Amino acid sequence: MTSTAEAVGFWLLAPIAVIASLGLLFARKAVHAAIGMAVVMIILGVFYIMQKADFLGVVQVFVYTGAVMMLFLFVLMLVGVDSSDSIVETIKGQRWASFLLVIGLAGVLFFTLGTVILDESTVQSGLDKVVETNKTTGNVTGIAELIFGQYVWIFEITSALLITAALGAMVLAHRERLTPRVTQAQWAARRVHQNKNVAGLPVPGVYARHNAVDTPALLPDGTPSDLSVSRVLVSRDQVATTTALQDVERHMENEIEEGRAK
Amino acid sequence: MSLSTAAYDIALSLPAGVTGLAPANDNPVADFSDTPWWVALIKAVGVFVYLLLSTLLVIWFERRVIGRMQQRPGPNRNGPFGLLQTLADGMKSMLKEDITPANADRIVYTTAPLIAATMAFVSFAIIPLGGTVSIFGHETPLQITDVPVAVLLVLAVASVGVYGIVLAGWSSGSTYPLLGGLRSTAQVISYEIAMGLSLVAIFLYSGSMSTSQIVAAQSSLWYILPAFFSFAVYVITMVGETNRLPFDLAEGEGELTGGFHTEYSAMRFAMFYLGEYVNMFTVSALATTMFLGGWQAPPFIAAIGDGALNGGWWGLLWFTIKLWMFMFFFVWLRGSLPRVRYDQFMRFGWRFLIPITLAWVVAVAFIRGAQLGFLGQGTFTIGGRELSVATVVIVSIVAVIALAAAWIWDDKRAEREAAAEFNPPEEIDPFEGGFPVPPLPGQRLREPSGLAVGSGAASREPVTSSVTSTLTSSPVKEETHG
Repeated sequence: MTSTAEAVGFWLLAPIAVIASLGLLFARKAVHAAIGMAVVMIILGVFYIMQKADFLGVVQVFVYTGAVMMLFLFVLMLVGVDSSDSIVETIKGQRWASFLLVIGLAGVLFFTLGTVILDESTVQSGLDKVVETNKTTGNVTGIAELIFGQYVWIFEITSALLITAALGAMVLAHRERLTPRVTQAQWAARRVHQNKNVAGLPVPGVYARHNAVDTPALLPDGTPSDLSVSRVLVSRDQVATTTALQDVERHMENEIEEGRAK
Repeated sequence: MSLSTAAYDIALSLPAGVTGLAPANDNPVADFSDTPWWVALIKAVGVFVYLLLSTLLVIWFERRVIGRMQQRPGPNRNGPFGLLQTLADGMKSMLKEDITPANADRIVYTTAPLIAATMAFVSFAIIPLGGTVSIFGHETPLQITDVPVAVLLVLAVASVGVYGIVLAGWSSGSTYPLLGGLRSTAQVISYEIAMGLSLVAIFLYSGSMSTSQIVAAQSSLWYILPAFFSFAVYVITMVGETNRLPFDLAEGEGELTGGFHTEYSAMRFAMFYLGEYVNMFTVSALATTMFLGGWQAPPFIAAIGDGALNGGWWGLLWFTIKLWMFMFFFVWLRGSLPRVRYDQFMRFGWRFLIPITLAWVVAVAFIRGAQLGFLGQGTFTIGGRELSVATVVIVSIVAVIALAAAWIWDDKRAEREAAAEFNPPEEIDPFEGGFPVPPLPGQRLREPSGLAVGSGAASREPVTSSVTSTLTSSPVKEETHG
């Protein structure tokens, strides 16, 4: 039934796919989970190609790598580098309801898959049909005839459903802007008007021995300026101290004023 | 305007090869039945060596050509004409220290350059480098393999290859690489859509996605003519796909130091470098195959000796020449264009390329439908040539729409330009906004009103005169101080 090449390919790739899908569930970092998902999708594509469904396999890789890439963006932009999941229940009884639904889904899957009988002759005849179609009509044309012929309504309805879902997500995520957007020129004008930080905020300190972005600038009297460091670094508690640098400065001042110690 | 008329001319003058019915079957025409596994292996190794040698050569070529464009010699020390410079650089990168940043995600950091370099080679498996040749007594096409979905395979492999860049950016554990990786993600997602759409027109013309059949379908007319717009879009997007100037936003050394590969050094950096150049060859090879007739000889040479130079090993020569024309184009772009601003690049992709390519694909679908007789079989004769009514009608409609769109667009642009032309008023009030503003060249300052309101006529006179005297003399003062 299965050729040797197909069996070898399956037993090589299937364990990787299983490990990657487990990684998707249990990975600590969200990006690792996304990588696991990409691996599963690519291996599924390879399986389709091994089953003589060339178009389906390539499209699987093409579409899902792009989709996982979007997931990457969301992971990096929304989840952030270090955040933990919120475990507050926003809808009452949500957890129990979802638990019941999961049990139900598992039951349905178990009982439907359990009753399926796969005998060798059915599978073989299906595979023969695919090979025959590939030879006479061509794989792409064959799939096109199915999608735009026999299943055209299901296909169109599914696409309408997906477009609706995308639009719905956009509507839900869209936030109306209450005040007009402030342009760069307006910001500059406002600063001049208020006569506060007219030349912009002070830049972080530039020291030859230190990565400067996290080091506050020193004011003329030697105190660090809080305004010069990004508020993201402040909230992450990643701002470097300037005491060592101030010590150096004080030492140099002493030298200038009192002469080099002999 | 010239765009639509060109479409009209070309569609009317389409020869039989393109107007004829598409083949009933979309399977490859290349015949691999006489190809034992060891011949396939020889071909695979051959393609690998071809790509490696081309990469060595193209880096030297790029540096020399850019040197010439910038009026300096370029590398000329190692070997004749500096040809061995790239080899020396490659050796050096092998011996350098391999640094892994402390914050890096080690496994992903090591895997990323491997993905980028290996994926670049995969796509070349389906590119036909020549016609059917004889290797050790076996008649076999000069192509590793072909599948009914070959071109889609190239796109799929390219989208996997980008993971190398994205993961490199993420796993480096520092800011610039992360920004570079994110940029490259957005870039690929946006430009792959336009690239795929531009290729759809070719699929419609050739009736297949297999590269050998696309090349065979171009035996009488290269698709660069009937699908000229797709060609333009593809060339733009292929530069975007390969992260080359002017679209090298993922690296952007002016803004992001090195972008995604900032933290990489030694052999791992060399892998990204290799991947980038092999990718350039892959997209150029695909452009050659899709639009320039692949390995087929140019029309005049193909006519010599009843096609004696149009097949077999000769194909490799024509293919290589066409490929290197694209490589020169890449180098030329790099030598002459500055980097595009990121938001402009994104807006160009989403607001212009994707919608207009979509409209183009619909137009091509109608033209093809008319040619294949789906819209009626009526014909008429003008000047001894038989033309299909449906084709002429459809092409005219497309031409009229394109003409109208170009006209409207041109009008709008003229309007925008007129609006953007800022004419400063002759007089300005320097304190209108609440803080002093110097006058633009050729501008007069308004007499300050209300300055001396309430004071006597006698005291007002000297105040205004002193103000005007300082104001009129201010440009002179600036010059002396400036």
